[in-house]
Amino acid sequence: MRGNPERPAAARIGRRGLLAAAGVGVLAVSAVRSRAFAADTTIRWLHLEINPKILKIWNDAAAEYMSSHPGMQVKLQFLENEAFKAKLPTLLQSPDAPSMFYSWGGGVMRAQADTGALRPIGAQMDKAWQSRLNPAALEAFRYADKIWGAPHQMAVMDIYYNKSMFQKAGVDGEKIKTWDDLLDAVTKLKAAGITPIAVGGGDKWPIMHWWAYLVVRAGGKDALAKATAGKGGGFVSAAFIDAGRSMKQLADLKPFQEGYLAATFPSMLGQFGDGRAAMVLSFSGTYQRQAAAAADGKGLAHDNVGLFAFPAVKGGKGQPTDTMGGINGWLVSRNAPPQTTDFLNLVTDVKYQTQTAATGIYLPAVPAANDAIADPLLKQAADELARSTYHQNYFDQDLGPDVGRVVNDQTTALVGGTATPEQVAKQIQEAWDLNR
Amino acid sequence: MSGLALAPDRAAGPGRRPSGFARRVRDAGPVLVLFLPPALVLFTALVVVPIGEAGWYSFFDWSGYGVPTHFVGWRNFELISRYPAFRIALGNNLLIIVVSLCVQLPMALGLATLVASRIRGALTFRMIFFLPYVLADVAAGLIWRFMFDGDYGLAAGIAHALGVAPPYVLADPDWAIYAILLVIVWKYFGFHMMLFIAGLQGIDAALYDAASIDGANRRQRFRRITLPLLAPTIRLSVFFSVIGSLQLFDMIMPLTKGGPADSTQTLVTFLYSFGIMRMRVGFGSAVGVVLFAICVIFAFSYKRLAMRDA
Repeated sequence: MRGNPERPAAARIGRRGLLAAAGVGVLAVSAVRSRAFAADTTIRWLHLEINPKILKIWNDAAAEYMSSHPGMQVKLQFLENEAFKAKLPTLLQSPDAPSMFYSWGGGVMRAQADTGALRPIGAQMDKAWQSRLNPAALEAFRYADKIWGAPHQMAVMDIYYNKSMFQKAGVDGEKIKTWDDLLDAVTKLKAAGITPIAVGGGDKWPIMHWWAYLVVRAGGKDALAKATAGKGGGFVSAAFIDAGRSMKQLADLKPFQEGYLAATFPSMLGQFGDGRAAMVLSFSGTYQRQAAAAADGKGLAHDNVGLFAFPAVKGGKGQPTDTMGGINGWLVSRNAPPQTTDFLNLVTDVKYQTQTAATGIYLPAVPAANDAIADPLLKQAADELARSTYHQNYFDQDLGPDVGRVVNDQTTALVGGTATPEQVAKQIQEAWDLNR
Repeated sequence: MSGLALAPDRAAGPGRRPSGFARRVRDAGPVLVLFLPPALVLFTALVVVPIGEAGWYSFFDWSGYGVPTHFVGWRNFELISRYPAFRIALGNNLLIIVVSLCVQLPMALGLATLVASRIRGALTFRMIFFLPYVLADVAAGLIWRFMFDGDYGLAAGIAHALGVAPPYVLADPDWAIYAILLVIVWKYFGFHMMLFIAGLQGIDAALYDAASIDGANRRQRFRRITLPLLAPTIRLSVFFSVIGSLQLFDMIMPLTKGGPADSTQTLVTFLYSFGIMRMRVGFGSAVGVVLFAICVIFAFSYKRLAMRDA
């Protein structure tokens, strides 16, 4: 070493040390990896649930499955709603794709199925499993003659109202049957100094649902199906324009809370729960949600909250008993372990569905579990669903991610006063054509 | 590898002095072999390949699932120009650049000259001014969203104390962008201030002493010594400002998500909400290509025009 002054000994040792360290590192990594491969099969369960009561039920189901199936691992993975929608396409194509994940059915599921990201599960679904599920819910996961997922929860959208505020303004919530009744109620509430309606204009879809329900009421059950098939004028047909005009009528009364264009869905529920607005159009389970979103964590007293079905419109083709809401289920990805379907059977078992119903948060997808619903508001929603003459999936989910977002943007612009009912209809039609 | 690299070293006798270049290669060889591949592989895999892929995807109507098959030519680029939101985004990016240069930069420079000197408390102020920059963008956005909130936030509190109706700045299509500009200046001036402080500390104090002896006043010293000697730092700061403005995204999402009525979209939020969120990865890639072109054109022309001697 001394004979080579250009290369200090320390440098050589350093380089050798580096190589040695790298070698050890490689060995260590491969050791860890091979151990991971040799061990358990893992079912990765991607969800977007934040309610601890529901998560407890799911964790119990996972624990039960793991204890009865040694060598199996079930891992719950969480993504926030918006992040979930943004990351899923990439995730599904990676080796770390979730085995089963949350779905609203509709256009997004169809797009996923078309590209081969999913694995149909119908063949493994035995009679007992199929027959215990709500037929409409199961139907929502049928596409191209295959069943792609198992439904686990359902929702109906209703208008929830604050009874004491209604009383103060001299409005009877149970008597609101038509759109004019609703406009009248809004006027009275405003006169009494009460903010009539809270919406989440920042998230846009809470506003869209008002318009979508108006479309269902005006055009009836085949309004959306006809528009997507390009029949009867598509999205620029009378039902869509009329819905836009009715929506404009409501918006012109300035019924929404201050700053509604920046409000999110949770802050909309917070407004309702804090007693700052009299009405919200929201999902079944809203009572639990408003409590969680309220500033004090409790929100309104249970007997202070009522609900009524979305009002009918004059001359509309839709039935007042037509409902709009969601059907959620679990889809299985292409490379999921074969046991995933087996586990899904357990998750949608009567036992866990009954526990879900008892939380008062979701309507179960297994009708046998309906008896466990203790919350009278949820019971009312369950009855509506049972009597439903037609159940419409959320527009933005049914139309797929692209047109769905255009619908959200345009209806919010309509309420914000930057678009007319005709422009809204035209923009949606253009977006739809572009996607063909 | 290292054994191979060492071999010529032993063979190099006193009679065969290698030439300068060969010697440099010989010395650098092992280092090159060991350290270049990881960087090169990472850079290629994470930068070069995605850029190429984005360029490729931008000619397809593609949802992000599977492989792109529906070739649409230049349609995605034509579509971009048809979106009013894109024009708003472009305008907002320009506005942000203008405000960065005309408000943030002078402010950072002014504060830097104040806190660069070794007076008591200067260090504390430096830290306070720098603090917003340390905060994550998303966290800063969430904090300011709460501050601007007219129901429970600081804005509500102030309005209540003054007895006026609370403002809802973020819900107002005319004002939301100015609220965001305020947050941007608040967040980033500290970073530019730090750049300027580093630049100021590199200026020889003897120059100021000499100028004082010659009778130059404070203003003359600033104009004749500080500004010219700080020019490279200012050019760097402008560069960072412009590129940072073009990339602005993670602060806007928690504040407004680009709303209301697209009034606060920037190029990147436009890309995200009209490309990725709508599962139109092809269209999003086209927006990415446009953004990339703008950044590259700016970076190279700026380097040519302003940073030649830097």
